[in-house]
Amino acid sequence: MCLAVPAKIIELAGSEAIADCIGNRIQANVSLVPDVKLGDYILIHAGFAITVLDEDEAKKTWKLLEDLDNFNKTNNKVSG
Amino acid sequence: MLERINRAYKEIARASQVLGRTINIMEVCGTHTVSIFRAGLRDALPDCLKLLSGPGCPVCITDQGYIDAVLKFADRDDSIIATYGDMIRVPGRDGSLEQKADRGNIKIILSAQDALNLAKNHPDKKILFVAVGFETTAGATAVIANEALEKGIKNLFIFSNHKLVIPAMEALLGEKNHRIDAFLCPGHVSVIIGENAYLPIVEKFKKPCVVAGFEPMQIIVAIADICRQLADGKPQTGSVYQAAVTPQGNETAQKIINESFDIVDGYWRGLGKISKSTLKLKEKFSFLDAEKQLGIEFIPEEDLTGCRCGEVLCGLIDPCDCGLFGQSCTPDSPVGPCMVSSEGACAAWHKYARRKRRKQ
Repeated sequence: MCLAVPAKIIELAGSEAIADCIGNRIQANVSLVPDVKLGDYILIHAGFAITVLDEDEAKKTWKLLEDLDNFNKTNNKVSG
Repeated sequence: MLERINRAYKEIARASQVLGRTINIMEVCGTHTVSIFRAGLRDALPDCLKLLSGPGCPVCITDQGYIDAVLKFADRDDSIIATYGDMIRVPGRDGSLEQKADRGNIKIILSAQDALNLAKNHPDKKILFVAVGFETTAGATAVIANEALEKGIKNLFIFSNHKLVIPAMEALLGEKNHRIDAFLCPGHVSVIIGENAYLPIVEKFKKPCVVAGFEPMQIIVAIADICRQLADGKPQTGSVYQAAVTPQGNETAQKIINESFDIVDGYWRGLGKISKSTLKLKEKFSFLDAEKQLGIEFIPEEDLTGCRCGEVLCGLIDPCDCGLFGQSCTPDSPVGPCMVSSEGACAAWHKYARRKRRKQ
């Protein structure tokens, strides 16, 4: 429940934003980060932006997600 | 990276030497518990450091009486229950929301906004929003409550059981037999409340409080920082999640939470009644308060027989010390809430540490 994802705002209308997280479009409410602008990177938790991030931090998490994705495509599965 | 790991090992050894015993650090957040297991940190850390899983999973700390109150509502045809997915498998006295889902009136939502949208799209139904979680989700609930007020939405009913993390940490330290030396503080709750929110704990109880994000390296650096503080005898607040956590936190979220909720005494599973630990909607939102409008009653209950989730949440026992663990209580057929949520301590132990235990 405490997971949050970083994403870049690509559409903004009032308190409603569409944000991009490695190609996924996520709807987010930005009421809790009122000064946010188009192009900003936000941290989304349960559909709400909870803070604004700098670009480097967002990209660091994306890189981790991509690594995970690439790992899943290999045969190096970890069995439970 | 290796340098930071070596430094952590040195600090852990130094702290354990100064204290003359094993160091107990409580990770408050369920997501930390899972990250620590997933990265294999628990095995990699020296024996003189013990990590305790704390009361930081919203599902796990929800009193059974609350779940039973929601379940009673599941049989009504004139209503829809909107809940975060984590809650649907938690067993109450009379089944779980998942077992009652065949009427099609239980909807899993990913955002509080979805609950409000359900109310807009189904004007003929009463929407019961199962509002659980810490400060991270309380802000979202406050936003939709205000929007409902503004737009005159009359069919949304919020059953608030939002919890505050600091009073729970203080309650744990107030127990005589606690064994907590320091807290690894939750990342995303701290985004809202800020690093400074832990100052009262440091001042009153002299326990280090360090915020970490969820990458293993951050957790290691935070543990090193905690051990340095313990060894030096200088407890402080700290954060290794500076990218998202500021000293003062998200003040907009704090403001809307303060303006929308009253802080009242509340029941926590395993911890019992904690004063000033729960958020209830303010008077101006009476029209969407489920307890006032729908007659939903929350009667705190004794936990299920044999289930030791309460002791697990207080860090008094490890999940495998419970007689039900892995026997009658498994992730497929959970008895207690710590086995239900994927971020519950028992579920994490069952997934990552069960086999190892069998070998011992």
